[in-house]
Amino acid sequence: MKSCEYQQIDPRALSVSPLSAQSHPQTKAQRPRRKWEVFPGKNRFFCNGRIILSRQSGVLPLTLGLIVITCGLFFAFDCPFLVEHLTVFIPVIGGALFVFVILSLFRTSFTDPGILPRATPDEAADIERQIDSSGSSSYRPPPRTKEILINQQVVKLKYCFTCKMFRPPRTSHCSLCDNCVERFDHHCPWVGNCVGKRNYRFFYSFIISLSFLTSFIFGCVITHLTLRCHAGKSLIQAIQESPASIVELVICFFSVWSILGLSGFHTYLVASNLTTNEDIKGSWSSKRGAEDSGNPYTYNGIIKNCCATLCGPMPPSLIDRRGFVPLDEAAAAACTSEIELPPFTAKNDTNMCTQSTKDVLERMLHSSDFHGVCPAGPPKTSPLGLEASDSLGAARAPSMCSRRADSPCTTCARSRKDSLHSINPAFRLASPSPSLPRVNLALSDTQEKGFIPLP
Amino acid sequence: MAETHSLQELQTPPVSSKVFIQRDYTSGTICRFQTKFPSELENRVDKQQFEDTIQTLNNLYAEAEKLGGRSYLEGCLACLTAYTVFLCLETHYEKVLKKISRFIKDQNEKIYAPRGLLLTDPIERGLRVVEITIFEDRGVGSGR
Repeated sequence: MKSCEYQQIDPRALSVSPLSAQSHPQTKAQRPRRKWEVFPGKNRFFCNGRIILSRQSGVLPLTLGLIVITCGLFFAFDCPFLVEHLTVFIPVIGGALFVFVILSLFRTSFTDPGILPRATPDEAADIERQIDSSGSSSYRPPPRTKEILINQQVVKLKYCFTCKMFRPPRTSHCSLCDNCVERFDHHCPWVGNCVGKRNYRFFYSFIISLSFLTSFIFGCVITHLTLRCHAGKSLIQAIQESPASIVELVICFFSVWSILGLSGFHTYLVASNLTTNEDIKGSWSSKRGAEDSGNPYTYNGIIKNCCATLCGPMPPSLIDRRGFVPLDEAAAAACTSEIELPPFTAKNDTNMCTQSTKDVLERMLHSSDFHGVCPAGPPKTSPLGLEASDSLGAARAPSMCSRRADSPCTTCARSRKDSLHSINPAFRLASPSPSLPRVNLALSDTQEKGFIPLP
Repeated sequence: MAETHSLQELQTPPVSSKVFIQRDYTSGTICRFQTKFPSELENRVDKQQFEDTIQTLNNLYAEAEKLGGRSYLEGCLACLTAYTVFLCLETHYEKVLKKISRFIKDQNEKIYAPRGLLLTDPIERGLRVVEITIFEDRGVGSGR
């Protein structure tokens, strides 16, 4: 079979390339990937994309630990006494509250808070065009802001440079998670996630139920110690008999004030349909002196505001974590992930090696002609040296994969990331991949070296 | 090389441009798209038809986000079951989203594809825009 016949076939039109049947890593490179694996924000994913967490999980383990330990001590040391002297409902109520708290906490932590996916390159280009062409009016708002009217009130929309779009109202970009979140409330380190449109109700139910739980345990422990003292013992004796109670007392005492305070604050926010972000910034505060700077989102009724925020329809997740990356993007990414192929084929058969190398070169030429953004273009000489050094570089830098700690971190991952960065000019502008210069340097170094076998 | 290109072209016609219909925030944060007719589509599709499509989409999204007895009931049920009920049941919003994607597919088949246009479901763009892809009119199957 002549090599020119291979050139005629566009590899992207084929579902399986002729080389992929040969070795396992090649089929791995063409495995359809889920969108969470290529998600650009700083998030971690578990259970194949079902669970999302911020990369900085903050003190979530501490929160969980405190709740579990306090409740554990309560059930182990205080409940037997109280069941005996009071009623059996005490551990029942305590258990129900504990379960509710834990479920709400998990729901808050593991739910997508309302992340907005970043703009596609076409959208970003379209918005840029609109920004550039809108300079003809006499009054120009500051660049990269847009003013719109919401319920007869002027609201400024800001342009997000990372996500390449004008942020919808009430949306804010969280720097810790590197995502724009709708109806952004705050980033809570205690739950290890942002609190936004989709998980605000879970967060609210978490803090309300936690207030009830801490108050309940606090009350029960006080009752327990009091009952022991009434039985003729001194306080010191009572404490000595039940030392765990003091631990619970201390934890609950400090928690009750802060949690109750937080619950009260958030109840106020819910009733006035505000977010923490807006309240802190004073966006709609009447003290600012502007004539009509009332909150344009309020329904002007406490009950209606509460119902809308807490019992409103549950919006879907917009980031489609478990969907598959579309084939055209995957194929574009594959043009550079195919750089990995020749080092593996070199081990099998040197005759096939030169043939496959030529194919890959031709493919890269096609792809680079089509996209024009493959990193540094394919060199015509010593391609194996290029590929070997690239894969060596990939082996040297496993830390590049740390963002996707839970996805199978293959050597393909780094070059895939490079390819995504290089193919998407928007990404390149926002966050130039630090690894690209390294690849370019490797290219220039190995131009004259010829074939470098893998160690 | 020329054969490669023609193989591709037989599969999908080249894209000439994309038009983005942005969100309309005048009524707040609910999902609404602007009904203003973009100038790029002037030669391609009837203005009234386009506005009807967008208006129907807006109505469907309003139905999804409506605050009424049904959504309150759903919210209360969820709260009582500690939000575990959504692991098994589909929310009202999700049902309407399926309805919307059927509507868009239907509109594409009947109105837009014969004119060399393609509407993308806004959910695939994070409910930010309605993306309309304009394919190059090469006189093949334009159907007008």
